[in-house]
Amino acid sequence: MASVHFTQNLARHTDCPTAELPASTVAELLERYFERWPAVRDFVLDDQGEVRKHVKVLVDGRNLRDRFKLTDTLDAGSEVYVFQALSGG
Amino acid sequence: MARQLIVGTRKGAFVLGRHGKEWRIERAALLGDPVSMVLGEADGALHVAQDLGHFGVKMKRSRDGGATWEDRPVPKYPPKPEGVEDLDPTRRTPVPWDLKRVWALEASPREGELWCGTIPGALFRSRDGGDSWQIVDSLWNHPGRKEWFGGGADFPGIHSVLVDPNDPDVVKVGVSCGGLWSSRDAGVSWELQGVGMRAAFMPPDQALNPAFQDPHRVVQCPAAPEHVWIQHHNGIFRSTDGGRTCKEIDTAQPSSFGFAVVVHLEDPATAWFVPGVKDEKRYPVDGAVVVTRTRDGAASFDVLREGLPQRHAYDVVYRHGLDIDADGATLAFGSTTGNLWLSEDQGDHWQQLSSSLPPIYCVRFAA
Repeated sequence: MASVHFTQNLARHTDCPTAELPASTVAELLERYFERWPAVRDFVLDDQGEVRKHVKVLVDGRNLRDRFKLTDTLDAGSEVYVFQALSGG
Repeated sequence: MARQLIVGTRKGAFVLGRHGKEWRIERAALLGDPVSMVLGEADGALHVAQDLGHFGVKMKRSRDGGATWEDRPVPKYPPKPEGVEDLDPTRRTPVPWDLKRVWALEASPREGELWCGTIPGALFRSRDGGDSWQIVDSLWNHPGRKEWFGGGADFPGIHSVLVDPNDPDVVKVGVSCGGLWSSRDAGVSWELQGVGMRAAFMPPDQALNPAFQDPHRVVQCPAAPEHVWIQHHNGIFRSTDGGRTCKEIDTAQPSSFGFAVVVHLEDPATAWFVPGVKDEKRYPVDGAVVVTRTRDGAASFDVLREGLPQRHAYDVVYRHGLDIDADGATLAFGSTTGNLWLSEDQGDHWQQLSSSLPPIYCVRFAA
């Protein structure tokens, strides 16, 4: 099981509770999450299914490597954080 | 008499109404998030498009004057096929197949039909009141679309959608930058129009190329839709043949540069503009906010100042920042400085409704 957490700034727009789901990649984890919370998808991914330009995804403390297909692998107990990417200022 | 005025700003939407002789802000809605476009439908429904920045573009609808809002489907670009090259012609960077901004939203006379213009330049159509959206493939895949280039935004976009009130199959779109396009079959096929528009920002041999024009805003007279007015990057243009040919108008003072234009709903010879210093500076000439009006098809222009600040005013009025109500007498415009003005006598006198709103993106009377 891996867990996924979302920035509280997203909770202002849509229900996005932390969840634990069985998954071996970030893509799989998010797909499972979106099955249950479908409205969250368009806040995190763009029209091509890529991570939105100003969304930051951390996998066990590292930046997500594959922002296009989200193939980064997960371990049992992995933690994924979906945050806003700050652009300075 | 106008009933409601909807204002989209960098920090939310504002609904104004007339109470006795006074116009008041009745409601501040969706505070904190930018609202790029608003539309009030004849049945009272209000639509807004928000730009949430990190989290993308969203649409919402209210059926109670802005008190409560429901999430609505958003136009979606199709999956980009592998191997397809779609580059901005100037910078050679990929055009994102991803919604960046809702820049036009119009209701058709056909029940349930809505049109939506976007950045990057695409047109979407809904036939079910916005429950679903379909991209207009014929325009998105048109070779001419790939020649469009960015104006003020990173990528080109459709800011004006004109639906013929007498024949909703006739649809025109204004593109920055990419000219004026027209369809006579509800978007099945497209024709580039606007012969006569002139782009001083292009080399001399390309200045008259209709594909390279930057109409900032295009409007048509509802009672005579063959009469089209264009506030262009280069000045004011007018067409009396539905946009096929355009005539440059260079008599407007203090400037013919601007973004916004509206035309009277019944009199195609009457139109209003909000001029600024041409063309990169874009603040009111001499720091004095004015509206220019023609009532004789651009043979002459009135410069309307009464009630508007005439010293040290640096308001910029965006292309959707000026509107005219169906009564033909009430106009309103709002600026990047957060000033909002309204006139009930076709612009002869203006009253300031607010001097402290967030930067204003669009001003629209509810239908």
